[in-house]
Amino acid sequence: MLNLNNVSKTFLAGTVNEKQVLANLNLHIKPGEFVTVIGGNGAGKSTLLNLVAGVFPVSAGSIVLDGNDITRMPEFKRAKLLGRVFQEPTMGTAGDMIIEENLAMAKRRGMHRGLSWGITRQEREFYSTYLRQLGLGLENRLSDKVGLLSGGQRQALTLLMATLQEPKLLLLDEHTAALDPKTARKVLELTQKIVDEHSLTTLMITHNMKDAIRVGNRLIMMYDGQIIYDVAGEEKKNLHTADLMAKFEAASGGEFASDRMMLG
Amino acid sequence: MSILLALQVAAAQGLLWGVMTLGAYISYKILDFPDLSVDGTYALGGAVCAVLIVNGWNPVLSMFVAMLAGMLGGLATALLHTKMKMTGLLAGILVMLGLYSINLRIMGKSNTSLLNANTINALLKRVIPASNEVLSIISGAVICALLIALLYWFFGTEVGCALRASGNNKNMARAMGVNTDQMVVLGLVLSNGLVGLSGALFAQYQGFADVGMGTGTMVMGLASIIIGEVIFRFMRRSFALRMLSAVFGTVVYRVIIGIVLQLGIMDANDMKLASAIIVVLVFALSMLLDKVRAAKGGQQNVKP
Repeated sequence: MLNLNNVSKTFLAGTVNEKQVLANLNLHIKPGEFVTVIGGNGAGKSTLLNLVAGVFPVSAGSIVLDGNDITRMPEFKRAKLLGRVFQEPTMGTAGDMIIEENLAMAKRRGMHRGLSWGITRQEREFYSTYLRQLGLGLENRLSDKVGLLSGGQRQALTLLMATLQEPKLLLLDEHTAALDPKTARKVLELTQKIVDEHSLTTLMITHNMKDAIRVGNRLIMMYDGQIIYDVAGEEKKNLHTADLMAKFEAASGGEFASDRMMLG
Repeated sequence: MSILLALQVAAAQGLLWGVMTLGAYISYKILDFPDLSVDGTYALGGAVCAVLIVNGWNPVLSMFVAMLAGMLGGLATALLHTKMKMTGLLAGILVMLGLYSINLRIMGKSNTSLLNANTINALLKRVIPASNEVLSIISGAVICALLIALLYWFFGTEVGCALRASGNNKNMARAMGVNTDQMVVLGLVLSNGLVGLSGALFAQYQGFADVGMGTGTMVMGLASIIIGEVIFRFMRRSFALRMLSAVFGTVVYRVIIGIVLQLGIMDANDMKLASAIIVVLVFALSMLLDKVRAAKGGQQNVKP
């Protein structure tokens, strides 16, 4: 489904601040895989995700998604293939637009937009039933501005929007990191439910080792721009945070896993 | 000047300027783009329209061409911003600067008189025998109403929604497959088209186009938008009402200017200073009202 071939990314190339974040990275994700990505700050997780999303171009290598070479494709064109949820709850929705308008934007992701109405009456009814599955009461607030929602509600809505039109790949960039623990757990459960229902191929970045072990069917650990551990199936299910920390310490030469990675 | 006539003048100027305010609303409020090229495209619209009318063109056709000229100005700003990655402010200032010379070239001198020329009001006068002010109020009101209806429709369409989303949250818009650069182009072309049209209308109303007539246009547009917001702040404002409030705010702004002039504290030479002070006062008032509302536990509303 997703193939990254010898992907490298260097920021500020040719300056004194040159920083190679990824070097010759290879990653192959099969259809239906739910991959959790874990690693410390600066490991290159977010860079990896942003390269796939097209936020910035690769320095070298190629990215193939569902048979399409998307290496040089601009971000807005890749949107046709991707569903995205960001770390910041405000990033994935338009706060000044109402809930149903946000959903209507998501329904037309990657499609040609013309001069017909931006939202139709049938759509409104559909969104109302669609939102009911969240159990947040949003189905009665279709004409409320999204800016009035809480961070957790916005993140749940963004998740629904990202999957309203089935994406080839769902990209989750630490989408529960900015939420309180209880809300984070709810959003993560919703994520698992939606991914299972549609058997979505998913790439999820997290700082939380427990989450990385609990959800998904494959786990990748990154360190200094490299994939240092890649585990799937039964082996992944039986993992413990202690195993991950041991791996991390071995790779980093004794450096302790950061507090942020151990929490949760 | 009697109060009644002063009010008529304010209403006429306010409605003709209201077209400009609608344009400023698109760039400043919807697209979230501080577009200073407006100062240049307003005068451009006036210059193009005046020169065409003097050369015997039909006034309606002249206004249409003036609108197209304004659109071109907006296109230039948008391309500098999206293709050359300049900040919005710099792109707008450059276009404004360049247009000053272009406007001089178009007119051949610093102003073009439209006295006794075949303007839209001269045309209307044949049907409705009324004063220049009344005719401008009629034509301004009709044009503003048409534009509000048109914009209301447009911003409800798929493209219009994409444009609004681009202005509100570029990340979200791109993630939804919207070419945000294209939306900046579309928004600025639309906005400056209206600004050019407003310049053309105003030049005909005042009887001349002047190379300096655009100075401060952007600021006055902002002041009008915010005055409208302050006045209508107690209502839940639909999109159409928000545009209506922008036009209404322009009329109120003109009334305030008229009062300042009537008081005799300032003369016409002090007008730009008066405009700047009014804008500061309106911002202060809007901030104060926001604070009062926030203290009562309500939502913040006005974006300064």
